[in-house]
Amino acid sequence: MKIVTILKQVPDAEARVRTKDGVLDLAGTTFVIDGMDEYGVEHALRLREAGAEAEIVAVAYGPPASEQVLRSALALGADRAVLLEAEAQLDPLALAGALAALIREQGADLVLTGGMQADWDSAALGPAVAEALGWPHVDWATAFRLDGERFEAVHDVDDGSETLRGSLPVVITTQQGLNEPRYPTLPNIMKAKRKPLEVRPADVETVQTEARSFEVLARERRRTVLEGDPGSATAELVRLLRDEAKVL
Amino acid sequence: MILIVVEHAHGAPRKSAFELVGVGRALAAASGRPLAALVLGRDGDAVANELTGFVADVHVVRDARLDPPRVETVTRAVAHAASALGASVVLVPASRAGLSYGPRVALRSGGALLEDVTSVAFEGDTVVATRLTYLSRVNATVVASATPVVVSVKLGAAAVAPLADTRGSVHELAVPFEADDERLEVVERQRLVKGRVALEEADVVVCGGRGFGSSAAFEQHVVALADALAAGVGATRAVVDAGWRPYGEQIGQTGKTVAPKLYLALAVSGAVQHLSGMNRAGVIVAVNKDADAPIFKVSDYGIVGDVLEVVPALQRALAGPD
Repeated sequence: MKIVTILKQVPDAEARVRTKDGVLDLAGTTFVIDGMDEYGVEHALRLREAGAEAEIVAVAYGPPASEQVLRSALALGADRAVLLEAEAQLDPLALAGALAALIREQGADLVLTGGMQADWDSAALGPAVAEALGWPHVDWATAFRLDGERFEAVHDVDDGSETLRGSLPVVITTQQGLNEPRYPTLPNIMKAKRKPLEVRPADVETVQTEARSFEVLARERRRTVLEGDPGSATAELVRLLRDEAKVL
Repeated sequence: MILIVVEHAHGAPRKSAFELVGVGRALAAASGRPLAALVLGRDGDAVANELTGFVADVHVVRDARLDPPRVETVTRAVAHAASALGASVVLVPASRAGLSYGPRVALRSGGALLEDVTSVAFEGDTVVATRLTYLSRVNATVVASATPVVVSVKLGAAAVAPLADTRGSVHELAVPFEADDERLEVVERQRLVKGRVALEEADVVVCGGRGFGSSAAFEQHVVALADALAAGVGATRAVVDAGWRPYGEQIGQTGKTVAPKLYLALAVSGAVQHLSGMNRAGVIVAVNKDADAPIFKVSDYGIVGDVLEVVPALQRALAGPD
């Protein structure tokens, strides 16, 4: 089988995000592999280690610097990598078309990607890629097992969780709880430099949604620290919640 | 037309349905378009009847294939209804389910997706919305340039709408399902503890961190306080990783996003990944023994102290002098 894991490079969660005149300023920001996508790479490796004969293709989309996240995936154990180069933040629906074409061309039967992007705060990519491929998808998976062509997955729904069964092909969106991602070893980081990495332009047809402006959300909080022993501090807290904030 | 997709549970609309009614009415009034609602499910009649108090035309798809709802059957039904009824805007809740079928409906309909928006309006014939990006730290204005526009609206972002003056009517809608819509089989469903308010719908959320020391102490302090306040129970990533609480209670980037009127962060340090899940709360209270914890910077009220002492004191203070 062939597994495609879709990756994205995003600003480090600790990085400070700035905007100026409605435009994002990411100068000097450290970029990392999206944490949600790491669970997908890890799961592809585990499926192979559990006996599935699989080639693992890491696919990233984004600016040229995104090559970094592909090198990380190769160091973890992916066999080869493809970068779909795109400068701007792309509408997940438009991007899904380009990714689906690549996935079809690769002949993949399992696609893994993060449940939510840490830059666009979007959960749409996995479902949109599945729709573009005409495949089913399981989002927010916390367990995924393969038995030949059949799979069983557990995923979060609004009021609990669900266990689903089906047959490949399928798109799975990954999250915390699915596994504990490993770290690459130094020899594997060296080896990854010799693994094949192909770069091609993202072939995006029509963009249906565009961002017009950005503004950092600054919300002023009272930041009142209540002094005293637990008894008096909590009594004062309850009074403030009732009389000042009026939420009790 | 503006079409609202109504999600429901236990024979009643979810709170999100009444929030979408408010959003839908504003879009309908601004554009002169009619407003309609879509209810899916074999037992959708009671839900549809309740909606007639709010919306003039309620379309119901009574089909056993929608029970339990699966993303592909729901996608088929919503895309079919949007096309058959001529919807230019389809409003869905940004629930786990809505975030899952929303993109599929948009792509299948050849339309656009505005995801997890906090506000939405017409500018002429164009639909413009605001949504949070970069771990809920940056507000983005986004514009859709195709029709229909599927808009998923952040839970709790809009006020619950009041009843309409006149009663609406219910219409039955048939959907041509295909065999592929049922290719995933639901073998088991596990519900969160019954009786406790759903995290995303709660007016008050009590969230605890690892500082409670054990699962038993978490239960004794966090869960008890939540029950006393009729609040939802939340947990940090460290707590769910330790196995004290289920993943469904995790708040933050890799968990749920909540915006209650009151959020109590108990032994929560306030990592940016956690803040992205709760920074839209109305009033934030923090209790932490570390006076330098970042949570105090985003809190309205803070108490520096050990949660194992402060939380019992808070319980007594809430109970009153008697």
